[in-house]
Amino acid sequence: MTQSFRLESGGLINRDKKISFKFNGRNYFGYEGDTLASALIANGVHLVGRSFKYHRPRGFFGAGVDEPYAIVQLYRNGETDPNVKATEQELFEGLEAKSVNCWPSVNFDIGAINNFLRIFLPAGFYYKTFMWPKSFWFKIYEPFIRRAAGFGTASIKHDKERYEHKYEYCDLLITGSGPSGLASAYSAAKNGAKVILAEDKSRFGGTLLTSEVNIGNQSGKEWADSIISELKEMPNVTVKNRSQVFGYYDHNMLVMSERLSDHLPKTKKFHPKQRLWYIRAKEVLISSGSIERPIVFGNNDTPGVILSSAAKEYMKVYGVLVGKKPLVFTNNDSGYETAIEFKKNGIDPIILDTRKEPQSEIIEEAKNMNINIKNSYVVVAAQGYKKVKSADIAKISDDKEELGSVENIKCDCICVSGFWTPTIHLASQSGNKTKFKEEIDAFVPGVSKQNEKTLGAANGIYTLEETLKDSFEKGNQISKEITNNDIKVSFPNVVEKKSTAHDKFWCVPLPKGKNYKRFLDFQNDVAVSDIEIALKEGYRSIEHVKRYTTLGMATDQGKTSNLNGLQLVSKIENKVVPAVGHTTFRPPYSPVSIGAIVGREVGKHSKPTRKSPMHSWHEKNNAVFVDAGVWLRPRYYKRGDENLFEASKREAKNVRTNVGVCDVTTLGKIDIKGPDAAELLNRVYTNAWLKLPVGKARYGVMLREDGIVMDDGTTTRISENHYHMTTTTAQAANVLSHLEYYLQLVWPELNVNVVSTTEQWAGAAIAGPKSREVLKKLFPKSDVTNEGLPFMGYMEGDLFGVKAKIFRISFSGELAYEVNVESDYGYFMWEKIIEVGEEFGIQPYGTEALSTLRIEMGHVAGSELDGRTIPYDNSLEGLLSKKKDFIGKRSLSRKAFAAEDRQKIVGVVPLDKKTSIPEGSHLVKDSNAPLPNPKLGYISASCWSVEHDNPFSLAILKDGKNMIGEKLFVMSPLKNKVIPVEIVSSHYVDPKGERVRS
Amino acid sequence: MLHIKCPHCGMRSQNEFSYGGDATVKRPELGKEISDQDWDNFVYNRKSLRGKHWELWQHLSGCRQWIKVQRDTSTHEIFKTLKANEDIS
Ligand SMILES: [Zn+2]
Repeated sequence: MTQSFRLESGGLINRDKKISFKFNGRNYFGYEGDTLASALIANGVHLVGRSFKYHRPRGFFGAGVDEPYAIVQLYRNGETDPNVKATEQELFEGLEAKSVNCWPSVNFDIGAINNFLRIFLPAGFYYKTFMWPKSFWFKIYEPFIRRAAGFGTASIKHDKERYEHKYEYCDLLITGSGPSGLASAYSAAKNGAKVILAEDKSRFGGTLLTSEVNIGNQSGKEWADSIISELKEMPNVTVKNRSQVFGYYDHNMLVMSERLSDHLPKTKKFHPKQRLWYIRAKEVLISSGSIERPIVFGNNDTPGVILSSAAKEYMKVYGVLVGKKPLVFTNNDSGYETAIEFKKNGIDPIILDTRKEPQSEIIEEAKNMNINIKNSYVVVAAQGYKKVKSADIAKISDDKEELGSVENIKCDCICVSGFWTPTIHLASQSGNKTKFKEEIDAFVPGVSKQNEKTLGAANGIYTLEETLKDSFEKGNQISKEITNNDIKVSFPNVVEKKSTAHDKFWCVPLPKGKNYKRFLDFQNDVAVSDIEIALKEGYRSIEHVKRYTTLGMATDQGKTSNLNGLQLVSKIENKVVPAVGHTTFRPPYSPVSIGAIVGREVGKHSKPTRKSPMHSWHEKNNAVFVDAGVWLRPRYYKRGDENLFEASKREAKNVRTNVGVCDVTTLGKIDIKGPDAAELLNRVYTNAWLKLPVGKARYGVMLREDGIVMDDGTTTRISENHYHMTTTTAQAANVLSHLEYYLQLVWPELNVNVVSTTEQWAGAAIAGPKSREVLKKLFPKSDVTNEGLPFMGYMEGDLFGVKAKIFRISFSGELAYEVNVESDYGYFMWEKIIEVGEEFGIQPYGTEALSTLRIEMGHVAGSELDGRTIPYDNSLEGLLSKKKDFIGKRSLSRKAFAAEDRQKIVGVVPLDKKTSIPEGSHLVKDSNAPLPNPKLGYISASCWSVEHDNPFSLAILKDGKNMIGEKLFVMSPLKNKVIPVEIVSSHYVDPKGERVRS
Repeated sequence: MLHIKCPHCGMRSQNEFSYGGDATVKRPELGKEISDQDWDNFVYNRKSLRGKHWELWQHLSGCRQWIKVQRDTSTHEIFKTLKANEDIS
């Protein structure tokens, strides 16, 4: 296939390297260095999509990040990406892309019927149309909107690509490698500052690649190339292309997405596809340039209507013609540069200039080249459906209100220039209060809030000489402050053509009797008439007009539409533009892939995994693991084809009848030392701690200041001023912070040190009537009799040569011990316990059996201490000291906490002794009561009682104290269950607690 | 992301810290009679100030010290940071 729109020569592409690609199923080729857009245009493809609302044909409007139309679905190496701009996507061998927002095809699109029904789709049509009837929402409106909305389809497959995050610090971050970026980076780098220069395109140089200028006897491009190669050699400079700084956050933190592999057929092995940089910059220089504004006229969205700067870029960078019969419609000198470029390439353009008698060097040059220039002329409307075929043009009166007689001229593209809009997004994101600059009809950065400055075109400076001068100077000054060096860079001689003032004209009036759509926002299909309706309906604030009409709310964030929208509102409202104000710019400047934002934190990498020293033993012995916070804990040890229920029942039963061992390494452990350690515990826990003897453990409950239970656990007095605290697995980190808070801020006079020792100790709970027999074998030299080591006793022991801490504490309610050794000996300890316990029938048990044992004993855990309950609710009121004050005590006397019918923990047994009770179910008096059925309480934890061989649950129940023996109903609407139950004591097994003392 | 100067460690990113609320709240003395109103003020009632505000942060992934930070709640500007034992002036 021939590339009928490719010039014979020229451009920055590599014509020696052909690249084949596919668009909508057809094969094409382009060259290395093309974008998908330039390659398609070279092949004469101008129809690439359909518009969002009316499904009107869409072509190309820009040549870069500002593109509102040419959004495609991209296929690369078996993966697919939506929302890809053809103007940004570099061509690679085997690239495949498809049009979006069209069905069944881009050439024949059913949704285009909206275009003819557009009278029914005015401003705010979503709000107006989809309001009623309510029942239509889920079945009809939502699926309709979902199918019609959006630009492409996200893949539902796992993304195999690798994305990375990087943190970086620098003196100066410079965003954009046009003239201002290069000049400032160069002088700052010479001063020795640490500089990062970011360019979002693949080529450095910005407008220098397309403008006819001369810097120090070099062309703009040659000068840019020489500066970049010098910068790349400097050790204090990082130069990044394909890198978009898209967000400016607090304290000079900027985020940049670097596309490392999107331009390659596939990502190299072990390489990332994209990298997200978090850059903390001392100073930021915004050199993001400007974007050309369109002029608004009839059917200005027809494919073939294109920004004049884009037309020039396609010629100069890619050697591609956007048309062979071009019309240039301009209100300033920029259009002339494009026309001259056409002429140089043997194409005869016609210039329509809205100005009456403009004079400048550039205009003179165009005249000398015999270019047809029509002054005081405008394009009234583009004609043609899928591509511009001709234009209706007319003379316009000096006051720009009256059109002369309309004539039709043939053309195949309309290159439009309505002057330039500075790209102030980053400055605005940083908190800079922007100001309106009358001479250029646009906003520029005003007073800086953070350490940012804006240079060149982004600051409304449109001549090269001024830009370079200012940028060299700023780069020098700012870096001087940081490095104390002052190396002056000699200013090069600059040759550029002088231009003259632009015309503030931006919107062509409608000719009599015609009702052309004149679009402001090309991506969201917002036309002049939509804004007029919104204002007629009473919307005033630009923020409201934006939301009601969706002006500037598309993925391009109104890069080409915002200012014309403001012009229109200010004109109708008869206000000046700055009084209308612009809407807030928010990050990201341009869409960023979700993968880049997530980075490496996917799957198992989303959080660290903590494993106990015995983990590999559990693995070898068929443990099925469960996530417990960041820990992996054995949930049960599978034997044969047992399921969870069978295995946990077996394990729990074995604890009740023989002996079991459970890995309790995950429990939080805090070492507490100092002369005031007892006093600290006495203030933190609700019970008394001053008289705990050395060698004894005590159970304690700690509250938050609001009286809610924070955590529970045992603390052991190891020696006079040394305590060993345990916390629940989940609260370990919070408890440490809590202690540090009181020690550092509230009671700094207490002489105590606290430190986490969770990872220093491996722990095993040995529980069951035969646990003492196991202990005797483990510690033959120690006296572990009931007298030698009574309940809540502590001693140190020698476990086959390893120093061990032995606590006689019990969570299961059986005679039980917890043995701790240094982590490195954890595996050894575990094997020894299994070895010596064999003759007593020892079995390891997991968290499921652990839960069963504690639930039927009525011991509370995380599901009861859930941040909503006070000690009374958990039947822990016996642990509240009356003699001393403690954290949270005062709150317990609040009325609600002291109410007579306050909720309390109870046991729940189904009447049929068979039906399991789902956790989270509600307790109600009457299962047939009308909704909402008054809720009396909730099921906090459920198990199958191994002692009684029937289901048993714990519940937090209103007036639980007086409810024992009552018959209620458990209701679980989620599981569609209603179960008649009886309320019993929460201590379902061994209510007197004799076993732990046996 | 904020950049907070820990008085012990120097400038660090916000993700090393955890927020701890109003630094001007003083815990009532232990064992002292206190009215319901005063206790409520201590536990619950906070002014949601716009502007300069002293607040507590803990350098959780650093030195683990609680510090006092004077921050503008609307602009995020940080004016001053103090150690736990230094008084707000
Ligand atoms: Zn610190």
